[in-house]
Amino acid sequence: MTQSSASPPAGDVAGTDAGAGVLRLDRITKVFGSLVANDAVSLDLRPGEIHCLLGENGAGKSTLMNQLYGLLQPDGGEILLDGAPVRFANPRQAIDAGIGMVHQHFMLVDVFSVAENIVLGREPGRGGILDLRAARRLVREMSERYRLEVDPDARVEDLPIGVQQRVEILKALSNDARFLVFDEPTAVLTPQETDELIEVMRALRDEGRAIVFITHKLREVRAIADRITVIRRGRVVGEAAPSASESELAEMMVGRAVSLRVDKTPAQVAGARLEVEHLTVTSPDGVVVVDDVDLEVAGGEILCVAGVQGNGQSELAEALLGVVPASRGRIRLDGTDLSRATPRRRLRAGMGFVPEDRKHDGFVGSFTVAENMVLNHVDAFADRGLLRLGDIRSHAETLTEQFDVRTQSVETPVASLSGGNQQKVVLARELSRPLSLLIASQPTRGVDVGAIEFLHQRIVQERDKGTAVLIVSTELDEVSALADRIAVMYRGRVVGVVDADTSREVLGLMMAGVPHEEAVRSASVTTVAEEEQKLEAEVAEHVAELEGSGPAGPGLEGGGSGV
Amino acid sequence: MTTTRPEPVTERPASTRLESREDRTHRLSVGVLVLVVGVVLVVLTASTGDVARFALSNAFDEVQLPTLGLPGVPVVVVCALLCLLAGVGFLVGRLSSRVRTLAGVVAGLAFLLGFLTWAAAGRDLPFPVSNQLSGTLTLATPLVLGALCGVLCERAGVVNVSIEGQFLSAAFTSAVVGSITNSIPLALLAAVVGGLVMAALLALFAIRYKVDQVVLGVVLNLLAAGLTGFVFDQLVQPSSGDLNSAPLLTPIPIPGLSALPLLGPVLFEQNALAYLAIASVLVVWFLLFRTSWGLRVRAVGEHPEAADTVGISVRGIRWSAVLVGGVFGGLGGAFFSLAATGSFTKEMTVGNGFIALAALIMGRWHPVWATLMALFFGFVTQMASQLQTLNTPMPSQFLLVLPYVATIIAVAGLIGKVRAPAADGVPYDKP
Ligand SMILES: Nc1ncnc2c1ncn2[C@@H]1O[C@H](COP(=O)(O)OP(=O)(O)O)[C@@H](O)[C@H]1O
Ligand SMILES: [Mg+2]
Repeated sequence: MTQSSASPPAGDVAGTDAGAGVLRLDRITKVFGSLVANDAVSLDLRPGEIHCLLGENGAGKSTLMNQLYGLLQPDGGEILLDGAPVRFANPRQAIDAGIGMVHQHFMLVDVFSVAENIVLGREPGRGGILDLRAARRLVREMSERYRLEVDPDARVEDLPIGVQQRVEILKALSNDARFLVFDEPTAVLTPQETDELIEVMRALRDEGRAIVFITHKLREVRAIADRITVIRRGRVVGEAAPSASESELAEMMVGRAVSLRVDKTPAQVAGARLEVEHLTVTSPDGVVVVDDVDLEVAGGEILCVAGVQGNGQSELAEALLGVVPASRGRIRLDGTDLSRATPRRRLRAGMGFVPEDRKHDGFVGSFTVAENMVLNHVDAFADRGLLRLGDIRSHAETLTEQFDVRTQSVETPVASLSGGNQQKVVLARELSRPLSLLIASQPTRGVDVGAIEFLHQRIVQERDKGTAVLIVSTELDEVSALADRIAVMYRGRVVGVVDADTSREVLGLMMAGVPHEEAVRSASVTTVAEEEQKLEAEVAEHVAELEGSGPAGPGLEGGGSGV
Repeated sequence: MTTTRPEPVTERPASTRLESREDRTHRLSVGVLVLVVGVVLVVLTASTGDVARFALSNAFDEVQLPTLGLPGVPVVVVCALLCLLAGVGFLVGRLSSRVRTLAGVVAGLAFLLGFLTWAAAGRDLPFPVSNQLSGTLTLATPLVLGALCGVLCERAGVVNVSIEGQFLSAAFTSAVVGSITNSIPLALLAAVVGGLVMAALLALFAIRYKVDQVVLGVVLNLLAAGLTGFVFDQLVQPSSGDLNSAPLLTPIPIPGLSALPLLGPVLFEQNALAYLAIASVLVVWFLLFRTSWGLRVRAVGEHPEAADTVGISVRGIRWSAVLVGGVFGGLGGAFFSLAATGSFTKEMTVGNGFIALAALIMGRWHPVWATLMALFFGFVTQMASQLQTLNTPMPSQFLLVLPYVATIIAVAGLIGKVRAPAADGVPYDKP
């Protein structure tokens, strides 16, 4: 069923019908300096169809959609609406043509109410006077009509991410968009919120709207897509059917076979190395961000801290290193009390730290690879304040080889490396000293799949040396790949610590604050294996449905009721 | 999907709060400051005279009110105690945030009253209360207008350090046009044009060329000072009879109301600019919070990308906000030449633009709060100059500092977290 073709299907445009209501991107090219972000990309948006755009980070998905939405102008190719070429000089024109977009980074004004955000740009009222009552009414009507529950008067910054996304969707729908683009909408959601979103997308499709669903997560694609287009490095590398397996899709996306699972043996757990008691952290404006957390990580095990972004995980990691002060609590590493120690002392005591924002905290971009690799233990490479440059260099050369850092030389500035290689530099530096504890926050964020595989392998190797490993990750894929145990955080508290084979459904409920036992009771599947079976069944059902209503593919009506 | 799910949370529950280190430091330093003020008042009781007299009317008022006599030492002692109490309250840290705000305000007022009583007690002349109040309004007029100008610019995301320059150029154009035409309306119009020209320069370089806005503001101030100074020396000064004798704004009593005792002369016998300033507060508030334009202004100041993606022209809205701000800045500038002296002198705005900027920041970028802060500045400045005429035992240098000391005290308790518009001062890259 997988119809992956080696060359971009740019030529087949003329062959397909230019039916009414079809929006077509025809050989769109976009160049940033020397980087070709989109290279003759063609894509059809058809009414009543969910079209998945699959590609790694940096493949050019957002760039493509920003051109459709008038935020960027194409350097080549054209956009055809109902067969006629159109140009969108700004988003207003795209909106007027019936295009709506749910942006990867929400485009909401935090301090505005939901209603104000939704009407912004086309405010109701006469003579320039804002009619907030009409705005509220509009929001209530839409909220009811699309069954997306929001309070028109709530301030956006007080809403959880999932609800903020509903606001984004309503905002796009308020212009009565016929073509809806969802740019990586699931990146910030819990599994349950993802399920809800998928229901919403289905309902919108069934109303006859055309939907583009962008993602780099494979599992969600197969259950919902009517068609899948994969792009890599700015090019369409082929189309795939929803029946394609995850590894087939991954291979198309990355360009070579990748293993989606980390090879790891069961943990050989030694005694507890990191002990955390009653750790409490407050943010500068007084909000308790880490709330009375107790944790233990043993040598030789990986503890993953899961949770929706912003539930205190990052602060927990930073408090363990000591870069944010804890207002209460004890931290012990191998029995030594480090509660009041400076970050420097903690590093000396054997902590390794991979920060969440590597560009900001992980390295100095303008420094060379070699310099960055000794950044936090430069004393070991200096005599009375003078650097031993030769040693630094050979140290770096050994590490770049061990960690497969793709760089021209160790004298290259780190800023010019790709995200994955930058992260390898950071990890290499941290792992180049003997560690008791490795703390890594979002170790593979913005990293290509190939490098993810490698980084995960190295982290597991470090575990096998007997190091205690604590990983903070918002990606459940990463959590289930690495974890020996999983701690779920919600609003600064640890909701529970569970086994690695806990299903995403249970984890998702816990990520929304539901205690473990209750989550297990209300979940339909509780282990990973059961969940995989269920997913495969759903995909099979979806594929059967597609086939029942005629094979999906270019030139044929997709399942919708039509417009 | 047959299983029952726990209800999804649609709103975050209120977060638990603990005091952070920053808050604690802030609270403790305010406590110490207020305590020190209390101690100063205690020390002052030693040199407080018997009776402090406050004249509620001045000699020209229709209704003569009695002169109030306050017992010097007891009043100062009470005020000192209030300050000490508030200081201890801050240090102990058991006050809720609302009570704390109240304590800050009480301490600030107690300091002012205690200080005033000490200064006025035992003097030959009574302290003229109605002069104090009407002077407050007069001094605050340009500050209010300047702060409104700043509010509009900064709400749209353009930092405006050049209120001073807008004042100065408007003062100049209104003086010259007023002298030539001998017409107040035309002079005011010229002031608006003067303010607009400076605002347009600000908009051009900040929005279009993305120059660092603080540096730009400083440069614009220098430009305004240099340009007006140069033209003044070369053209205006030599024929100042024709070009530098503008008509003066005279007080316009509002029939009926101006005869009210005490408040009448204070509120209802002001010049046109003062009335205009009060009306402007309402206008700006309405524009910002009740019109579509205002919603867009606030949106581009907070999250320009969001505004862009719904089809709002970020640059267009910023331009319009800065220009509308320029109108108020210009009117504020007219005060110096038309209300104060009837003529232009070099650098006659003497830092008022910066005080307006301070008022707007301490007023949290809100037109009404900024106005209150401007009034407060006016009040303390007026008080300092009144005390000078009373021959108080205080060195006059100290009196000059007084407004700022009082401000720090009053504001320290009030301010708490000040949050500027998120995109204030950040240029927007796309057209
Ligand atoms: N405004 C821009 N200027 C320069 N390079 C850009 C710009 N926007 C995106 N890019 C680059 O284009 C590539 C594609 O980016 P993007 O479309 O955001 O990828 P995706 O959404 O698929 O993750 C990336 O390498 C990115 O760095
Ligand atoms: Mg993207």
